[in-house]
Amino acid sequence: MKILVAVKRVIDYNVQVRVKDDGTGVVTDNVKMSTNPPDDNAIEEAVKIKESGKAKEVVAITIGDDKAQETVRKALAVGADRGIHVKVDGIVEPLAVSKILKKIVEKENPDLVFMGKQAIDDDCNQTGQMLAAILNWPQATFASKIEVKEKSLEVTREIDEGLETIEVNIPAIVTCDLRLNEPRYASLPNIMKAKKKPLEQLNASDLGVDTKARIEQIKVEEPPKRKAGIKVASVSELVQKLKNEAKVI
Amino acid sequence: MSVLLIAEHNNTDLRPFTFNAATAASKINEDLHVLVLGNKSDSVAKAASEIPLVKKVIHVDNEIFDNFTAENYTSTILKHVDNYSHIVCSANTFGKNLMPRVAALLDTSQVSDIVNVISEDTFLRPIYAGNAFATVKSTDKKKCVTIRPTSFDPAPSTGGSAEIVKSEPGDKFESSKFVKREEIKSDRPELGTARVVISGGRGMQNSDNFKLISAIADKLNAAIGASRAAVDAGYITNDHQVGQTGKVVVPDLYIAVGISGAIQHLAGMKESKVIVAINKDGEAPIFSVADYGLEADLFEALPQFLEELNKLNSIQK
Repeated sequence: MKILVAVKRVIDYNVQVRVKDDGTGVVTDNVKMSTNPPDDNAIEEAVKIKESGKAKEVVAITIGDDKAQETVRKALAVGADRGIHVKVDGIVEPLAVSKILKKIVEKENPDLVFMGKQAIDDDCNQTGQMLAAILNWPQATFASKIEVKEKSLEVTREIDEGLETIEVNIPAIVTCDLRLNEPRYASLPNIMKAKKKPLEQLNASDLGVDTKARIEQIKVEEPPKRKAGIKVASVSELVQKLKNEAKVI
Repeated sequence: MSVLLIAEHNNTDLRPFTFNAATAASKINEDLHVLVLGNKSDSVAKAASEIPLVKKVIHVDNEIFDNFTAENYTSTILKHVDNYSHIVCSANTFGKNLMPRVAALLDTSQVSDIVNVISEDTFLRPIYAGNAFATVKSTDKKKCVTIRPTSFDPAPSTGGSAEIVKSEPGDKFESSKFVKREEIKSDRPELGTARVVISGGRGMQNSDNFKLISAIADKLNAAIGASRAAVDAGYITNDHQVGQTGKVVVPDLYIAVGISGAIQHLAGMKESKVIVAINKDGEAPIFSVADYGLEADLFEALPQFLEELNKLNSIQK
């Protein structure tokens, strides 16, 4: 079995994001970047399945500018066998990402495609479902547990009401939740070894995918600021304030 | 052109967020139609027809919709979209799972999780966990939009009498099978729509200590929330998680207990009307969004809080 895992380079989850003064986006210069957190879970799960003997190869793919290669190198350092970088500059919407991934799926013929359930930059939560749609594959989204069976996966999904379990036939798309597993850290020797693993480079235009934006970003603004609150000295003062000032209890 | 809202329901009742989504959908265009896909779901179609904002209900009743899978929903939705400019639903786990599958097959770039309708093609949506708001304009002919339910008031549920039209399902999807759903039943208000939410974080230390939270929740008729740290640590189940990858809540009162206030948690609660933070670390970032901050050990503060509430003559429900 072969597993393709899609990873995205985003602003690190610990960075306090700032909006640019001209309203064209957020500040990315000199800002720490890293792999989208649930994409780390996707890689970890694929590597675990390989280690259990149920998969032969894990291929990591990223789509983005030259620096996006860092996320593939990181995936290689934690156990992916080889990498693919599809070069595109600027914002690529999930629809275009799913079309690029479809081209790669047709070329690579993976049995499974894993990715994070949502990227923490645009917060779209679309790519996995879109890829499943255009491949006409089943989708198992927001996965917190995956059991590999002979020709299917049993996946536990986190939904608003609790948990849902579905069985999807292979080939399938899985989008991963943060609770799926605990991603490992790359050791220094493995980081060095990862530099020698193969990383194929392609251009989106060579794949024949139109990546032109369909959504115009008119402006990006700071969210409304909350006015500064106060500290109260005691529980009784808190309850009095809630009752008589805020009038919420 | 008209708007088609995909109803979320349990085959008996509409789920509450469908009413919020109806409000947003009718702001896009007043000619709002609702598509109900269910199994033995006549009562749902009737409930949708009674929403005064709704002009028409299309009802497809078939056993393939018994478990609301995105794959079976999609083929039927695609059969019914011809006369619509917009396909919309709530941006909760139901809509997040479903809508991109529909959008991709319509070759439409979806606009996710809108918090305001500016015009038929222009919407406001949070990005970067709500640390920025983007105004975006969709240039696709048919638009697929998901709605952050807590950003819109629920539509009135009675007084309407829209026509109900029966229709036929699309193809059944064979490669996916529903196994089971483990719903956590509770007598408390739903987290997404509760007037008061009290949440616990890593500071709670274990699941047993959440009893301190539930005692206060009982008193305030509040829903119980949690930070991701508390869920990851197994103190409480995932359906309680508030934040960027959990639920977004906008109650009148949000009480954060033993929660430091990571960016990802703030994303799910900072639009609440009144925020209270109880934390022993005076430097915790949660205090920067709190209207009332109490720097205290929660194991002393929570029992006192309950005692003070017991002293009050009346408490809003």
